[in-house]
Amino acid sequence: MQHAQKMVVAHGVSKHFGDFQALKDVHVEVAAGEVVCIIGPSGSGKSTFLRCINQLETVDNGAVWIDGELSGFKQTGNSLRRLSDADIARQRLNSGMVFQRFNLFGHMTALQNLMEGPVVVQRRPKREVKEEAMALLARVGLAHKADAYPSELSGGQQQRIAIARALAMKPKLMLFDEPTSALDPELVGEVLAVMRDLAKSGMTMIVVTHELGFAREVANRVVFMDAGMVVETGTPEQILVHPQERRTQAFIAAVL
Amino acid sequence: MTPQRPLSQADGRSPYAIDHLRVIPKLHYGRWVSIAVIVVIFAFIIKAFAQGQIEWPIVARFLTAKVILQGLVNTLAMTVYAMTLGIVLGVLFAIMYMSPNPVVRAVAKFYIWFFRGTPLLLQLLLWFNLALIFPTLGVPGFEMRTVDLITPFMAALLGLGIGQGAYTAEVVRGGILSVDDGQIEAAQAIGMTRLTALRRIVLPQAMRVIIPPVGNEVISMIKLTSVASVIQFSEILHNAQTIYFANGRVIELLIVATIWYLFVVTLFSIGQHFLEKAFAQGRARKRTVGPIDNTPSGMASPVLTPGASGPAGGREA
Repeated sequence: MQHAQKMVVAHGVSKHFGDFQALKDVHVEVAAGEVVCIIGPSGSGKSTFLRCINQLETVDNGAVWIDGELSGFKQTGNSLRRLSDADIARQRLNSGMVFQRFNLFGHMTALQNLMEGPVVVQRRPKREVKEEAMALLARVGLAHKADAYPSELSGGQQQRIAIARALAMKPKLMLFDEPTSALDPELVGEVLAVMRDLAKSGMTMIVVTHELGFAREVANRVVFMDAGMVVETGTPEQILVHPQERRTQAFIAAVL
Repeated sequence: MTPQRPLSQADGRSPYAIDHLRVIPKLHYGRWVSIAVIVVIFAFIIKAFAQGQIEWPIVARFLTAKVILQGLVNTLAMTVYAMTLGIVLGVLFAIMYMSPNPVVRAVAKFYIWFFRGTPLLLQLLLWFNLALIFPTLGVPGFEMRTVDLITPFMAALLGLGIGQGAYTAEVVRGGILSVDDGQIEAAQAIGMTRLTALRRIVLPQAMRVIIPPVGNEVISMIKLTSVASVIQFSEILHNAQTIYFANGRVIELLIVATIWYLFVVTLFSIGQHFLEKAFAQGRARKRTVGPIDNTPSGMASPVLTPGASGPAGGREA
C-alpha cells in the first residue's frame, strides 16, 4: 500500500466522450488533510476529473486510488475485475460530493435530505442520525430551516444544506464541483465561509472553482488544468501570483 | 386629441385618470349564434328519441336490475384489478427499459412493442384460447388444465392488465425522464445504488408527472372492460346484451348501459380533477405565495392596467 498516506492518487487518468478527449494522462495526488483547488478555463476537464474521482464517470485509462483502495476494480493477482454497482456505491461512501446545481432532493425537507443517506444507505438508527443532522445544520447556520423544502430556500442556503448532506455521510474526502458558480454574487460568501470552516477542521478537500480569492486563501495547492491536461501544480503563490506556464499566465491575466 | 393636454382639468382630475369612465362589455355575437345552432340540433335529437321505438319505463326498470348492477360491480372490479396489474407491470417494465443491462432492456422493449402493437380484442381472444397452445399450465408435478385456469375473468384480467402495462410503462418512463439527472447523481454520491436511487429519489418525484395520465387511463379502462364482453366476461355491457337477447329490448338496454358508464366516468372524472389539482400544486404549495396569486384572472375583469396583468408564470414548469 504505497499510497496509504495519500488520500487520492490519480494516475494517468484519461477520459473520452466519443471523439473528444476530455482528460489526457492526468496525474494528481492529494494528501490527507490537504485542500487542493483545481482551476482552469471552462471545458478544461476539471469537472470531469472530479467526477472520475467518485466514479460518476468511468475512467478510460489510468486509475484512481482513494485512501489506498483502487476505484472501480478489484485486483486479484494479475487481473482486474470490474466492481458491481453495489460495490461502487460502497466505494462512493469515501467521498462526499457537492454539485454546482446543489441537487437537493426536491421532495424532502432539509433535515430529510441530510438523514436520507445515513438512514437508507448506512442503515444507522434514526434517532442518532437526526441528532447529528441537526448538529450539522447548526454548523452551516441553518438549524432553523430544518423543515424547509429546497424550493423555499435561497441558492446559498441550498448549497450549505448540500454540503451538510455530504458531511452527514462522514466522508474521508470532500469534492466540490464549482459550488458557487450557480449562485447570485451576494450569496457566494456564505457558502465559501462554510467551506473555509470545513478546511480549517482538517477535511481533505478537492475544489473545482473560479473563486481565485478563495483558492489563494484556503488552498494548500492549486492545480491549473487546460485542454484536459494538468498544466501546472504548485502553491497558491506559485500558480496565482507567479505562474510559469504561458497558458496559466494567460488564464490568470484574463480572470483577474 | 392634440398633444397639448392641460395639466389639470376643470373638475380637478388628472387627465390620465380613467377610473371614472364606464367600461362597456364586449358583445360576443359568435356565442349567441352557436347557442342557437346547438339548441336546434338538440331539438332534433330529442324529437328523434321521443318519437323512436323506446320504452322509457323499461329503461327505468332495468336500470337497477340485479343482473345489470352485478355487471356494474364486475366492470368496476375488473377496472381496479386490471389497472393494479397494469401499474405494477408498467413500473417494472419502465425500470427494465432504462436498465444498463441490454438483455433486460430488450425484454422490456419487446413487451411494449408486442402489447402496443396488437389490438386489445385480439389479445383477449389469444388469452381466452390459450388452451389451444398450452393444454396445461404449471411446473411438472403441479399442473392444471388451462381451460380450468383461464376463465373469462382471468383472460380479461390478463388481457386488460398486461396490455395496460405496456402503456403505463411509457407513462412511467416519461415521468422518470422528467426528473433531473442531478437528482440521480446526488443519490449516487451518497452511496445509493441505481435501484435504491430510483425507489427513494426518482420515483417519488416522478409521481407528479405520472399520476395525471394514469388517472386518465383509469377512465379509459372503465370503458375498455366492455371489450371483454366478447369472451363472456359478465361485465355490464355483456349482461345488458344477455338481457336483450332474451327480451329483444335492444335500445332500452343499451341506454341503461350508457347511463351507467356516463355516471361512473363522471364520478371518476371529478376524482381525477381533484387528483390532478393536488399533484399540480405539489410544488407551488410549498412556495411563498406572491401577490400575483391574489389578482383576479385576467378574463373576468376589464384589464385597465396592462402592466399589472400577468397571470401566467407563478408556477414552476
